[in-house]
Amino acid sequence: MAVVTYLEAIRQALSEEMQRDENVFLLGEDIGAYGGAFKVTEGLYEKFGSQRVIDTPISESAIVGAACGAAMMGMRPVAEIQFIDFISCAFDQLTNYAAKSRYRQGIGIPIVVRGPCGGGGRGGPFHSQNVESFFLNTPGLKMVEPATAYDAKGLLKAAIRDEDPVLYFEHKFLYRRIKEDIPDDDYIVPIGKAKVRRQGRDISVITYGAMVHVALEAAEKLQTEGIDLEVVDLRSLLPYDKEAILNSVVKTSKVILLHEATRIGGYAGELAAVIAEEVFDCLDGPIVRVTAPDTPVPYSPPLEDFFLPNAEKLMKAARKLAAY
Amino acid sequence: MTETLSKQQYLDFYYYMRLTRSLEERLTVLFRQNKVIGGLYRSLGQEATAVGSASALQDGDVISPLIRDMGAMLVKGVKPQELFKQYMAKDGEGTSHGRDLNIHIADMKRGYVGPISQLGDMVPVMAGIALAGKMQGKNIVTMVYLGDGASSTGAFHEGVNFAAVLKLPMVTIIENNGYAFSTPTENQCLVKDFAVKAKGYGIPGEIVDGNDVVAVYHATRRAVDRARAGEGASIIEAKTFRMLGHAQHDNQSYVPKELLETWRKKDPISNYQEFLKQNKLADDASLKEMDEKIVAYLEKEADIADAAPFPIPESSLEDVYFETQSVTQNK
Repeated sequence: MAVVTYLEAIRQALSEEMQRDENVFLLGEDIGAYGGAFKVTEGLYEKFGSQRVIDTPISESAIVGAACGAAMMGMRPVAEIQFIDFISCAFDQLTNYAAKSRYRQGIGIPIVVRGPCGGGGRGGPFHSQNVESFFLNTPGLKMVEPATAYDAKGLLKAAIRDEDPVLYFEHKFLYRRIKEDIPDDDYIVPIGKAKVRRQGRDISVITYGAMVHVALEAAEKLQTEGIDLEVVDLRSLLPYDKEAILNSVVKTSKVILLHEATRIGGYAGELAAVIAEEVFDCLDGPIVRVTAPDTPVPYSPPLEDFFLPNAEKLMKAARKLAAY
Repeated sequence: MTETLSKQQYLDFYYYMRLTRSLEERLTVLFRQNKVIGGLYRSLGQEATAVGSASALQDGDVISPLIRDMGAMLVKGVKPQELFKQYMAKDGEGTSHGRDLNIHIADMKRGYVGPISQLGDMVPVMAGIALAGKMQGKNIVTMVYLGDGASSTGAFHEGVNFAAVLKLPMVTIIENNGYAFSTPTENQCLVKDFAVKAKGYGIPGEIVDGNDVVAVYHATRRAVDRARAGEGASIIEAKTFRMLGHAQHDNQSYVPKELLETWRKKDPISNYQEFLKQNKLADDASLKEMDEKIVAYLEKEADIADAAPFPIPESSLEDVYFETQSVTQNK
C-alpha cells in the first residue's frame, strides 16, 4: 500500500498498463518530454520512449482518429485531450467513427480518450466543462468518471482493457486534492458498477466525480439535523449501474440527482426518467436535481462559485425534500 | 525508373475496370427494379483512378475507399456479391448485416475499411493504421481516397499534417472529378491543382491523369514505394471527371455539356482498349470474351445477393458493444 494522489493513481495505471501490454501507447499534445499540461504523464516519456509516448500536433481530430486506426490494428491507444473541453474538436471521430465501428463494420475500437474535466479551477468557459451529456446519446461509447484515487487507477485499467471506446473523465479539481492508500497489486474497478460511498436512510444522492465529495460533505453536516443521506457514486456513466441506483431509491424513497454539469439535457434527466419508469411507486417525494445552471462556465471566482453546485445547495435541496 | 509491367498486370487493369463498370451497370438495373435500397453512386469515368492506385498496393496494405472507389475494393478482393448485398441491404458474410450502406464494409484481412459519410474523417484513421503498422514493424502502407470536396475539411488537414509530421506511410489520393455533388472545384478552393496542397505539409505531391490506369499505377507506385521505404506520406491528385450525377437522383444539369463531351473522349476503358490492342496485349475478340465472362459472373453474383435474406429485425440491437455481440446473425 502507498498513499497516492488521484493524479498519481492515473499515472500509475498508465505506466503499469504500458508495462503489462506492449500494445498500450499514449498520444496527445505535450505529453512527452513536458509530461502533459497537468503532468499526468510525467516520467513516462523517459521510461517508455518517444515511440510509445507520442507528442502530436494540435489536432484533436487526428489524435482520436489515429487512435481509432491504431486500435483497428490491435493496438491499445490512450489518447490524452489536454482539457476535455477540446474533445469537441474530435466529436466526429468519437461519435461517428469510434462509437459506430463495431456495429456497422464489425471492428471494435478499444481506445481510451482521457482528459481533465470540471470546474473550480477558474478556467472559464473552455477549460472547465463537463462534457458527458454531449456523448450520452451515443450508443457505442462508454464513459467513466472516478471520484477517488483507488477508482482512478482501477477504472483506467479497466478502460484500457475494455474492447470498446471509453471516455475517461478525470476531474482536475481532484488531481492533487485527494489522496489515499491504494494497493500495490494489480486491480481493476469494473466498468458499469456503482459504489455506495455512504449508507443512509432518508435520501439517496446519486452522483459522480468531484460531486461525490460535495455529497459526502453535505451528508456529514446534515447528520446533525437528523437527515441521513445515502451517497451513491456512479463511477460509470455509460453503461450505468441501474440496479444500484434503483436499490438505493427503493431503500430511501427519496432521491436527489447531483451533477456539476448544466441542467437541461444533463445526465440527471436520464436517471430521473429511469427512476420514474421503474420505481415510481416507491417514491415519497419529487425526483430532485441539483446541477449547475444553464450557462457556460464563468471565469471570475464569485461567478464560478455561484455556478458550481456545492454542499450548501445540496443541503438546501435535501432539507426541502426531507420535509415531504 | 519506371517498373516494367507484365502482360497479366495490364490485363488485370482492364479486368478490374470493366468489372467495376459492369457491376455498377448491373446495380443500376437493380436500382430501377427498386432492389437497391437508398442511393446509387456511380464511378463512371473514374474507374482508372480506383483500379490503378489500388493495384500499386500489396497484401497487408489497407485502403479507405470512398463511394466511387468500388474498383479499388475489387482489386483488394471484395466479392461482387458482397457489394450487391450491401446495396440491397441484405445480410450475409462480408456485409454490414444491413446496418450500413453501400461500400461501407470492412475487412482488415483483405485490406479495406468502411468509410464514414463525414468526409475527410478517414484521413486521421488511416494515419493511425499506418502508425500502428510502423510500431508493429509490419512495413505496410495505407491509402486514403477522397474527392476534391473532402480536401476542404478540417479532418483532411489534421490527418495529412499528422501523417506528414510523424512520417507515416500513408498515401492520400485526391480524386479531382470536377464536382463535389453540385459544387465545382473552383468553389471548393482557389488552387487549380490540389496536389500543391502537399507543399503546405512538406510532403511530395504529384498530379496524374486519373483516366490513364497505367499512369495512375506508376504514380501511386512511386508514392507507395517512398512510404514503404520510410520516407513518409504523399499526396496524389488524380484528375478525372464524374460522368454521371452525384447519385441516381441527380441529372447533373449544372455540368456544362461541352465539358462532358470533352471527358467522354477520355473514357478510361475505351481508351485503354485501344492501348491494349496497339500494344498487342489484346484484340477485339479477347476483349469481348473477357467482357462477356464478367457480365455472366456478375449475373450469378447478383442472383446470389437477390436470393440472400434480409437481416433479422432483432439483430439491429446487437454489436453495439463487445458485450452485446451477435447471437442471431450467421457470421
